[in-house]
Amino acid sequence: MSLKTETMVLNMGPQHPSTHGVLRLEVEIEGEVIKKVIPHLGYLHRCFEKHAEAMQYNQVVPYTDRLDYLAAMGNNFGYVLTVEKLLGIQVPERVEYIRVIMAELQRIASHTVAIATNGADIGALTPFLYLFRDREHILTIFEETCGARMLYNYMWVGGLSHDIHPDFVRKTKEFVNYFKSTIVEVDNLLSYNKIFIERTANIGVLPADVAINFGATGPVLRGSGVKFDLRKDDPYSIYNKFDFEVPVGLGLQGTVGDCWDRYYVRMREMEQSLRIIEQAIDNIPEGDVQSAIPKRIKPPKGTSYARVENPRGELGYFLISDGNTNPFRLKVRAPSFVNLEVFGELCKGHLVADVIAILGSIDIVLGEVDR
Amino acid sequence: MREYFKNTWDGLYTVLVGMRITFKHLFTPAVTIQYPEVKVKLPDRVRNRLYVNIDDCIGCDQCARACPVNCIEIDTVKSIPGEDLGTTSNGKKKALWVTKFNIDIAKCCYCQLCVFPCPTECIYMTDIYEFAEFERANLLYKFSALNGEEAAQKKVNYEKFQAEKEASRQVGTAKPKPEAPAQPSAN
Amino acid sequence: MYQFFFELTGNVIISTLAVALVPLICVLLVTLFGVWLERKVSAWMQDRVGPNRIGPYGIFQTVADFIKMLQKEDAVSSNIDGVLYNIAPVLVFAGSFAAFAVIPFAATIVGSDIQVGLFYMLAVSSFVVAGILMGGWSSNNKYSLLGSMRSVAQIISYEIPTALVVLSMVMLTGTLSLTQISELQTGYFWHWNIFGGPGWALSKFLLIPFMIVGFIILFISTLAEVNRTPFDIPEAESELVAGYFTEYCGMKYGMFMLAEYGNMFAVSLLISILFFGGYQSPFGYLGNVFGIKWLVSLEQFGWFFAKGWFFIFVQMWLRWTLPRLRVDQLMTLCWKYLIPFAVVNLVIIGIISLL
Repeated sequence: MSLKTETMVLNMGPQHPSTHGVLRLEVEIEGEVIKKVIPHLGYLHRCFEKHAEAMQYNQVVPYTDRLDYLAAMGNNFGYVLTVEKLLGIQVPERVEYIRVIMAELQRIASHTVAIATNGADIGALTPFLYLFRDREHILTIFEETCGARMLYNYMWVGGLSHDIHPDFVRKTKEFVNYFKSTIVEVDNLLSYNKIFIERTANIGVLPADVAINFGATGPVLRGSGVKFDLRKDDPYSIYNKFDFEVPVGLGLQGTVGDCWDRYYVRMREMEQSLRIIEQAIDNIPEGDVQSAIPKRIKPPKGTSYARVENPRGELGYFLISDGNTNPFRLKVRAPSFVNLEVFGELCKGHLVADVIAILGSIDIVLGEVDR
Repeated sequence: MREYFKNTWDGLYTVLVGMRITFKHLFTPAVTIQYPEVKVKLPDRVRNRLYVNIDDCIGCDQCARACPVNCIEIDTVKSIPGEDLGTTSNGKKKALWVTKFNIDIAKCCYCQLCVFPCPTECIYMTDIYEFAEFERANLLYKFSALNGEEAAQKKVNYEKFQAEKEASRQVGTAKPKPEAPAQPSAN
Repeated sequence: MYQFFFELTGNVIISTLAVALVPLICVLLVTLFGVWLERKVSAWMQDRVGPNRIGPYGIFQTVADFIKMLQKEDAVSSNIDGVLYNIAPVLVFAGSFAAFAVIPFAATIVGSDIQVGLFYMLAVSSFVVAGILMGGWSSNNKYSLLGSMRSVAQIISYEIPTALVVLSMVMLTGTLSLTQISELQTGYFWHWNIFGGPGWALSKFLLIPFMIVGFIILFISTLAEVNRTPFDIPEAESELVAGYFTEYCGMKYGMFMLAEYGNMFAVSLLISILFFGGYQSPFGYLGNVFGIKWLVSLEQFGWFFAKGWFFIFVQMWLRWTLPRLRVDQLMTLCWKYLIPFAVVNLVIIGIISLL
């Protein structure tokens, strides 16, 4: 008599304490082992690309904030680079320096959230609180500069909305010195903790060629050992003036490309961001941040594509202009959307508890995935 | 075999290191602010509820056009020559009656794009963030200084002026000199 | 304690009820205080403040939660297995509550001074397994079933290292009765079992490292028995919502919580009896110094509670420091690490105790 077995379909529904937003995962399991994972998207679709066709170019900027709402400076950056490329504007150097500092501060803030939620999903609830306490310092700096803590509307086409606050340099330097000790503390509490290593090493191993084939970017790609960072390989703005390293996953605690490597890449990237900020903060040239902002933005007919290294990967904007004051078509290449494709591959053969660990290490934001 | 003992030792040691960190934090002061008894002092540039100083508004409609979510609605009526609406605080002479200036603060995305184009800086973002209401309709803020009747009156006046100007232009083809228009009674 | 009440009232029924009621009230108060302490300790460790609005320092927060739970609507889905669903919380609570019958709170305050106290305690704690299984199965919910299966596997696996360490202590002290084990550790704190036990023989000093190993093993396995982090897979919020008690609401959920805190307390008390001298004071008694007899009992009660609460604090400390172990890693820890160490410990302690 043969035994008839069936796989069970578990639905980790759109409302779940740990799916980082409204993501529905249909998990087919046999006992505890996963056979297949199908993500269902679209719960946060807000028609961003259609809205952009109805707005003027400068009105699109608040909408770009809301794509990856945890890294809003990076989204602004990508969009204004695209439009400036089409218009042929050269922004003053002061603007470039401030943009880079803001983007790197935002990278630290975003990685803080990624690490904190990764730890919280696995069960370590304390580093979550420590990291959010430190993220408050960054958000206060942003609030003093442009008035908002999360959705900034700060980088405009041709410049910035506000010049930096007089206290900005001092506060940023204080923060940089303070944050170094937090990284050490979180390292001791979480990174080298045996239980955390057991939960994340050798889990969700992404080989380098699979990552490249799927088009993964950001820490997901660098965690698999591929040294590709847009800031070094295709520098935009003034990144070629700064000296920093690109951390890659080395398989220190397991195989190259596992969850621990992606987590490690994020920790080390925060340190490198601190390095960039230190180099930039003392050398901001004088100037006027609003001198190059055009009165009416009416680009010539044509297309342009610009990409930035967002904390989650490569964010690209493709703009088709037909000479009007509104874009004809604006398409966003969202890093989380592409990285989510890899998720189905990674989960095969692991246990249900690992799904959460892997999802946390890929670090998606549903605002970007669904736009 | 070595691996086995190393695992055991690692397990115990890292747990103790972690415990030491949390124990130290037991004695650091809390970073919580006891809202609502204590409120954080917000910085100057903060972007919270919008406010319009309607005495300074010249009715240019720039803020309504700049808004990405179309939450500002402005209706204006041209004033009749001879009417004095006063000047704004930076010296501009006002020429339009602002009969409707509604901001639906529920739609506002707090992007501050309306603040920059205003020539008289009459619309700006305050630091008020506790403006929750029980009824959704209370979130439609009406800033116009003219109530419904006065607004209707202004419109009637302007239409009368337009009609008279039209009539005098018609007559003016027959008579070369136009008459002076009647003075308005209300002001 | 039964004698005390019988002398007081002369009625069999009333004194039995009184003897049963005292530990019940004790468990309720412990839970009340335990929940508050957990929230406050977790807050202080995370640089927060914790509950501070209801009562000074938020002491009555648990009372407020309790009242909220009492007045909740008992929403029950129609597909559940009625009898099992209702019995499950009762069984789980009974299992953890019944253990308090044999714990000696002082030399003269003990519910029932039976000769096989330790054996009874371990046996009665296994009721919890049946209750959890019933709760998970009758909820008619995939998540609950998964959660209860994992929890059952966890509890019965971790009973083995517990039993092995307890066995080694029994071999050393020669008795199963909890009162006797506590009595054997009289004197000052260097006579406690963790420091080798009473007397000054050479075996005392030889035993110290193995006692420490035994204590660590017992602490870890009892942590797993009560489903606390890092072993709280059944209650893992981010994975299975709430495990085997997802479908329970209101007071039935309250019973599960009461049971968990009661279990935690019972297990802390067990550890302190076996290794840390039970109700013995580390420095001698003020009552003896002043010659007041009943003060000694009170002091013993106080020291016992202090030790119990200290271990509960350590359990909470661990909860907020460590991430969760996955189910198969939990099993590996038990079968491949704890049991071999416990067996070797047992053999060595047996050899030393023959000396």
